[in-house]
Amino acid sequence: MADIAEKQAGAGLSRLFTLRRGHNRFDIADWLTYGFLVLGLLVLFLPVLWVVLSSFKTNANLQEFPPTVLPYAMETVDVAGYDRPLTLFNVKTEDGGEKQLALIRRVGRIAQMVDPADPEAGKLQVNAAEITPVKKLHFAVENYSRLLSGKENTILRYVYNSLFITIVATIITVVMNSMAAFALSKYRFRGSNLALFGILSMLMIPATVIMVPIYLIVSKLGLVGNLWGVILPTVATPTGVFLLRQYMLTIPDELIEAARMDHASEWRIFWRIILPLSTPALAVVAIFSILSRWNDFLLPLLILNKREVYTLQLALTSFQTQYEIHYDLLLSMTTLTALPLAIVFIFLQRYITTGIASTGIK
Amino acid sequence: MGGKPQWAEIGHRILTLPAVIVEPLMVGLQRLLGIKRMPWVFLLPNLVAVIMFCLLPVFINVLYSFTGSDRLYPADRNFVGGMNYDVLLSCQNYLDPSSCTADLFWRALRNSLIFVPTQVVLMVTVAMIAAICLNRQLPGRGFFRGVFFFPVMLSPVVVAYTWQWILQRNGALNGILSGLGLPTFDWLAVPDSAFAWSIFVTIWAHMGFYTIILLAGLQSIPKDVYEAARMDHASNWRTFYAITLPLLKPMVIVVVVLCIIRSVQTFDELYVLTGGGPGSATMLIVQYIYEVGFAVQPRNFGLAAAASLLLGLVLIIFTAVQMSLSRKSQNG
Amino acid sequence: MRNTLKLMSSAALFLVGGAVGASAGEITVYCQDIAVGCGALEAVVADFEAANPDDKINLELVNYQTILESLPIQLESGAGPDAAIVTDLGGLSRYYLDIAPYGDADMLRAEYAPTLPWLRGEAPTSDAINGIPLSMTVNGAYVNATLFDQAGIAMPEAGATWEDWAEVTQKVAEATGVSFPMEMDRSGHRFASLAISYGAELVDDQGQPVVDEGLKAAIEQFVAWHEEKVMPMDLWGAVGGSTHRELFSDFLNAETVFYFGGSWTIGKMDSEVGDLFDWKVVATPCGPAACAAMPGGSALAGFKNSKNPDLTGRFLAFVGQPEEIAKIDLYAKEIPTAKTLIDEGLEYTDVSAETQEALSTFMAQIPKIPETAYRFQGWRYQRAMMNAMTTRISQVLNNEMDVDTALERIKQDVELAIQAAGGSN
Repeated sequence: MADIAEKQAGAGLSRLFTLRRGHNRFDIADWLTYGFLVLGLLVLFLPVLWVVLSSFKTNANLQEFPPTVLPYAMETVDVAGYDRPLTLFNVKTEDGGEKQLALIRRVGRIAQMVDPADPEAGKLQVNAAEITPVKKLHFAVENYSRLLSGKENTILRYVYNSLFITIVATIITVVMNSMAAFALSKYRFRGSNLALFGILSMLMIPATVIMVPIYLIVSKLGLVGNLWGVILPTVATPTGVFLLRQYMLTIPDELIEAARMDHASEWRIFWRIILPLSTPALAVVAIFSILSRWNDFLLPLLILNKREVYTLQLALTSFQTQYEIHYDLLLSMTTLTALPLAIVFIFLQRYITTGIASTGIK
Repeated sequence: MGGKPQWAEIGHRILTLPAVIVEPLMVGLQRLLGIKRMPWVFLLPNLVAVIMFCLLPVFINVLYSFTGSDRLYPADRNFVGGMNYDVLLSCQNYLDPSSCTADLFWRALRNSLIFVPTQVVLMVTVAMIAAICLNRQLPGRGFFRGVFFFPVMLSPVVVAYTWQWILQRNGALNGILSGLGLPTFDWLAVPDSAFAWSIFVTIWAHMGFYTIILLAGLQSIPKDVYEAARMDHASNWRTFYAITLPLLKPMVIVVVVLCIIRSVQTFDELYVLTGGGPGSATMLIVQYIYEVGFAVQPRNFGLAAAASLLLGLVLIIFTAVQMSLSRKSQNG
Repeated sequence: MRNTLKLMSSAALFLVGGAVGASAGEITVYCQDIAVGCGALEAVVADFEAANPDDKINLELVNYQTILESLPIQLESGAGPDAAIVTDLGGLSRYYLDIAPYGDADMLRAEYAPTLPWLRGEAPTSDAINGIPLSMTVNGAYVNATLFDQAGIAMPEAGATWEDWAEVTQKVAEATGVSFPMEMDRSGHRFASLAISYGAELVDDQGQPVVDEGLKAAIEQFVAWHEEKVMPMDLWGAVGGSTHRELFSDFLNAETVFYFGGSWTIGKMDSEVGDLFDWKVVATPCGPAACAAMPGGSALAGFKNSKNPDLTGRFLAFVGQPEEIAKIDLYAKEIPTAKTLIDEGLEYTDVSAETQEALSTFMAQIPKIPETAYRFQGWRYQRAMMNAMTTRISQVLNNEMDVDTALERIKQDVELAIQAAGGSN
């Protein structure tokens, strides 16, 4: 099998299964790998796919049991003589066939219906137990337009605010965290353990718990209603420092020694040697910073108290009321805001593959 | 993936720009302070931010924990001494939550003690397998990476709602089961089942995060090490145990530590999915903190702060022990 | 860097502009965009601005979550709007502006007598007018009338007890193959209806929690219904803590005969149930003590830290006139709070016949609401008590404790909340 396939290398599926690292046999490890990946695809991606499909459903359709895979809505029809559109039902006729009638009203077990093709024929009395609504495929794009409606002129403002916060916070985070990680991984100095321990212990605190004190501090700094009020509290992520430090530990110290021999400054060593070698970890930190800043909700909610500084997340969050969550709007908002993230991820994840591997150091 | 694309070059050039500007400053500092003090220069920006926005809030929380009322500014609050700690810690029998004043605190603690180790072991194992699979030079690798990462991008509410739709009485899972002629089950209404599913759902939502970190770690292993192993005809498993795992150790530590910490802090998804139910079967410690401190008026910041500080204390002791152990193993 | 400067200078400009604007007669009102919100206020604002050409009312459209999470913190730190439409009426009471000096105080006190205490927080008996109650909600029962018809069973008349309903709906469910006879939102507010009907006092006139035989009877009955599968375990059984949960979808899919929700669900009934089956609101079921619906609602409140308390007060007093409230409630299709309007009734335009009938039924429950229910609704620690009830009842349903322990725990939970808040109430 493999031999035949190999001969056709370069063409479609067969190429997919034969182009392998180093050797050309499709061995047991490859089978296991693909088995795992396909299982992952099913378990991880099907629910996500459902989120996207569901974002096109009407609220009634979302509540339906058993759930439908594709979005459906009840079909209505305009009938002459009735000022509102009537709902279409399938009705069993006496000869065993089926007929579509529009419902006027229901009185107990009797449904008053009218034939939309022949409204002149007058009202028909049908047993209410024998009728089922007619459903048609209906993509509720209104979920999206409702989110965006009336805000066309300001939506760019929200996108700008979100982008500003995300980009600025991510750049500051990556630079600051990698500087700290460099100090904590490549130097032995008094207090380094204490500093590391201090930063690590900050990881322990649940974000919910320090939200209120953070608001107090930001308001004392006079940054309430200012985009910087959201950026500054988030840049010192202990997670990033920890991750980068552990990664930099794997970079051989000989490189630094050699550079010092050449009289390179410490900054040059950091910027020219350590940072490029840390690209995979930097990409990870960047991805997570972008992700958390773009999706941030609670901190912006507290600090950005005017519409002109709203982020996209804040502006689109009108799906919750005192008594309910509008899942249709929630799902469409998720789809809408996750899209840019997916693109950013695809772009950045390529950096993860350009690591130390290419430098050929042992 | 071919050679380095052009945009990478451009990006690289832009990235070197700040270096040109900052370099004279840093070189000057190095002359002024000497090489010994340079690490502090590198640490300084981050340290300032950590003190401002992590340490100071924690300090305010300490003030909260010793004061009462639902006012925000510590100065407006009245001193209550150790009352909050007293409420949390008074028990007739520490093995029986129902004998404690704060029975839910102890129930939540017990649940977390079962939840965290189980979830961490499963999460790290699955993430490791996923990272190894995704690191292989397989066609379609980029696509699969995207798939494994996607759930991380969903908000907790959406994650919870999605799984509610799957697991509820008339949900998709029961739909599939009854379609296959199998008996259905009310997955979230039975304590043990709900607990198992909450572990599953949190792994589902966060696995991508750890997979990506491990993937980056795998990239730090030079390729020629593997070439050498191939020359020696080492088996795949042997290569993994003798080469990959030891070289990956720093990143495995990252993943384990982060995973433990985030597992302890699990809250949002379960709050929407089960609310801590059935009864209090899936109520974890952070949900308890949220319930007393933020969920209902009047907000009891004091008790919430006390509970979170106790939790933090336990975790800090744990980290200190772990750090000293790992240093011993490095020295030994 | 340039962006920072730009941002900072624009922020500074905004602050200056805001200050100048305030002295020229301008206030900001937070409102959400759903139910009683900015849309409902627009017409009233237009009337006010027409009558007072120098004044300007800015309606700031915000999320419900901003009102819930952000507003209390903004107010505490001295920032925040001049007024807002709020739903946590008692919790924010210390920030409210007493508008009595700015309008016809006697008229307002007479119109809103039962609901004004809700806005007074710790001093329910004072005569402060801390805001204008805009709309009333009551909880109550929706019934799938089509299922009753199919089963050929007559619906119980008004005055029927909870037990009557449990018995009848069981028969209907059996005859029609529906999964569950009755469902109740997982909410302490919904459960309070049952408890008060069974004679529970919940709170005494000193503001202390009461657990009594009435509450015990209600919880025991409620637990029995879950054991007999009159109610599904999905809601109260499967969920824990303070999480609000409803299974409106069960009612929509005709999986339950009787659904205890509230007047706020009417819109959904109309738009989502539509022509699927006939639904009906019935009189709140009775217990040995009362036929109690729990009231609730939203209010427009002004805040003490307003830079223009005079305008804020005048605007609120203007909104408080019954003819203006009528405009708001007709727009939002909500039940009015003003006595004049409750007595006269409201003719809602462009709603279905079912909705009009349902709203009338809900309004008819208001005179039957016992004093206990009003007192509980206005109590500062109501939310603490409701949270304790949902948490503990769910634990009883999962055999984590018995009913007597649950009662003790409820009392203890609330007393702890009172103690933590500073002892006063």
